[in-house]
Amino acid sequence: MSMGFNTIAGAISQAITEEMRRDANVVLIGEDVTTGIFGVTAGLVDEFGTDRFCDTPISENAIIGCAVGAAMTGMRPIAEIMFQDFLTCCMDPIVNQAAKMSYMSGGTFSVPMVVRSPGGAGLGAGPQHSQSLASWFMGVPGLKVVSPSSPIDAKGLLKSAIRDNNPVIFLENKLLYFESGEVPDDIDFTIPLGQASVLREGDDVTIVAVSGMVPRALRVADELGAEGVSVEIVDPRTLYPLDTETILQSVKKTGRLVTAEEGVMTCGVGAELAALIAEKAYDCLDGPIVRVGTPHVNYAYNQEMEWATIPDEQDLVRAVKKAIGQE
Amino acid sequence: MGTKFKLKQKKQVGKDAALALLKRMLLIRRFEETLARLFADSEVKGFVHLSIGQEACPTGVCAHLTNDDYITSTHRGHGHLIGKGGDIKLAMAELFGKTEGYCKGRGGSMHVAAFDLGILGANGIVGAGLVLATGSGFSAKYQNNDRVTACFFGDGASNQGTFHEAANLASVWKLPILFVCENNGWAEFSPQSSHQKIEKVSTRAVGYGMPGVTVDGDDIEAVYSATADAVAWIRKGNGPILLECLTHRWEGHYAGDPQPYRDQDELQAITQHCPIERFKKQLIERKTITAAEFEALSVEVESEIGEAVEFGRQGTDPNPQDFMSYIYAD
Ligand SMILES: Cc1ncc(C[n+]2csc(CCOP(=O)(O)OP(=O)(O)O)c2C)c(N)n1
Repeated sequence: MSMGFNTIAGAISQAITEEMRRDANVVLIGEDVTTGIFGVTAGLVDEFGTDRFCDTPISENAIIGCAVGAAMTGMRPIAEIMFQDFLTCCMDPIVNQAAKMSYMSGGTFSVPMVVRSPGGAGLGAGPQHSQSLASWFMGVPGLKVVSPSSPIDAKGLLKSAIRDNNPVIFLENKLLYFESGEVPDDIDFTIPLGQASVLREGDDVTIVAVSGMVPRALRVADELGAEGVSVEIVDPRTLYPLDTETILQSVKKTGRLVTAEEGVMTCGVGAELAALIAEKAYDCLDGPIVRVGTPHVNYAYNQEMEWATIPDEQDLVRAVKKAIGQE
Repeated sequence: MGTKFKLKQKKQVGKDAALALLKRMLLIRRFEETLARLFADSEVKGFVHLSIGQEACPTGVCAHLTNDDYITSTHRGHGHLIGKGGDIKLAMAELFGKTEGYCKGRGGSMHVAAFDLGILGANGIVGAGLVLATGSGFSAKYQNNDRVTACFFGDGASNQGTFHEAANLASVWKLPILFVCENNGWAEFSPQSSHQKIEKVSTRAVGYGMPGVTVDGDDIEAVYSATADAVAWIRKGNGPILLECLTHRWEGHYAGDPQPYRDQDELQAITQHCPIERFKKQLIERKTITAAEFEALSVEVESEIGEAVEFGRQGTDPNPQDFMSYIYAD
């Protein structure tokens, strides 16, 4: 496979471009998407024109509602919501309409659409521009939830999301946009939804890390590796449907689980993973399951306070030590 | 439908009022200019939206509000705060993320709120203030306390469902709300013509059975006169009014925005709309004030801003480990 080098932002832009070239029913709508607040979609309008690449008024409810209706009538819209925090302004069309349409119509209608939205703290943007809301959507039957952490995954998963016949919530991370890595040029390259990736093999402890926590976990694995602790890192990549098999296999091997998400831990991704292991692999555990994430608080504007709540490498190291009984 | 609200000929203000309005506008202008510098120097961080060029609207509107009245504000909220009498020291401290700040460093630029002054907060969610205003309107009506809510929002926000729901509810319930649309012609990178097919947001009032008027929002006396009448009408229990102030956004959407999407000639010429220069010139021509008086005012403002910056800079950092505080009320 021929490889290029790109950032996550670039990989997302590539995936959109390729899928829009491939299928005339793929369109993109959102606020200021022709300019792109984080530059992700900047310039794409030049190729696709304003019929397919549409700036909308500030109307999140209408953006998602429009995508749902268009998806029900033959299109494959990608709708962008500028910050995950603003997903709260369009919860009805996501949760009651898109997610339930196939079911309510007895399979008559499908809603092949993607909602792209960046989250994550660390920019001093305050409580209403910093949240990571992945776990909210994991609990909504009918939705798929994807959360990539590398350029290659972002590209492969977004392409699959666009081709999927269900509504997919595609959660990006602002701080990860400029992480770079190898990305296949092949337009047929995709990564199936629902497959986790084992980013690093290890024997002592499994860290299941999501989105912004993945690079942090990789750094910690290096650090602990030097101390003789062998860490396995699994990135689920798709949070629903979750690749429980890969996760179970890993925990059965290491006997220890640390979960790492950036969002609030209460009812979070880690809670779901902990429940999964407690139910399905209890016998294999050699230590306590430890969750890393944001405590039950909001993100402050004051950056030191903000970083005190964002889970980081130190929190991960502490969690691993606790999991392996080296506290 | 009871009394009709009609926009009257604007009135000229006397010397004391003129100086007070000028000072307030200058405070907003210097506050924002200073902030732009502090942001460029990375002393202030986060997302900062400046209201340079838009000073007349919050100044003229808030001049008719008391400390008991309410305002709801937006992401571009420093002018509203200062207009409503906010303490620039506490505002600056908030922008420095300090404990002395209005929100003890938790909120920052997009969330500055001041309970004592009825400032229900700047807001990071476009359109959110509109629906909150129906609540302060409701409580004022229920408590029969004569308080008015001035609800600031932009042309862009008028496309949110919240605008339409709030306008309808306020009208049906005759809530004491002055909806103030600051139409600066832009919503982020989108010109108004691309996001709505009307020129005047005030025409939307018709659909909700409330009066809607548009004034030159860079003409402080026009804003001041219109608000005087509107607030008096609202206080009589006649229900809400939509007041649109046409103004100009001189800077980018956010501090640091290079604005490649804007017409450079238009930007070059934008200072011709300066609400401060226009007012000053008229006042001097009318001999209401002298150039020297204006200079004295500028010096006064300059020193107040300097003090505010020092106050902010010298403030105490919150203990980062204190992040559990205020999540829930006691
Ligand atoms: C619900 C929501 N959607 C989008 C945004 C991003 N955003 C912030 S300001 C803004 C433009 C607002 O335009 P307008 O209401 O005209 O106010 P102005 O910026 O001109 O003062 C947008 C789209 C947001 N903060 N909240």
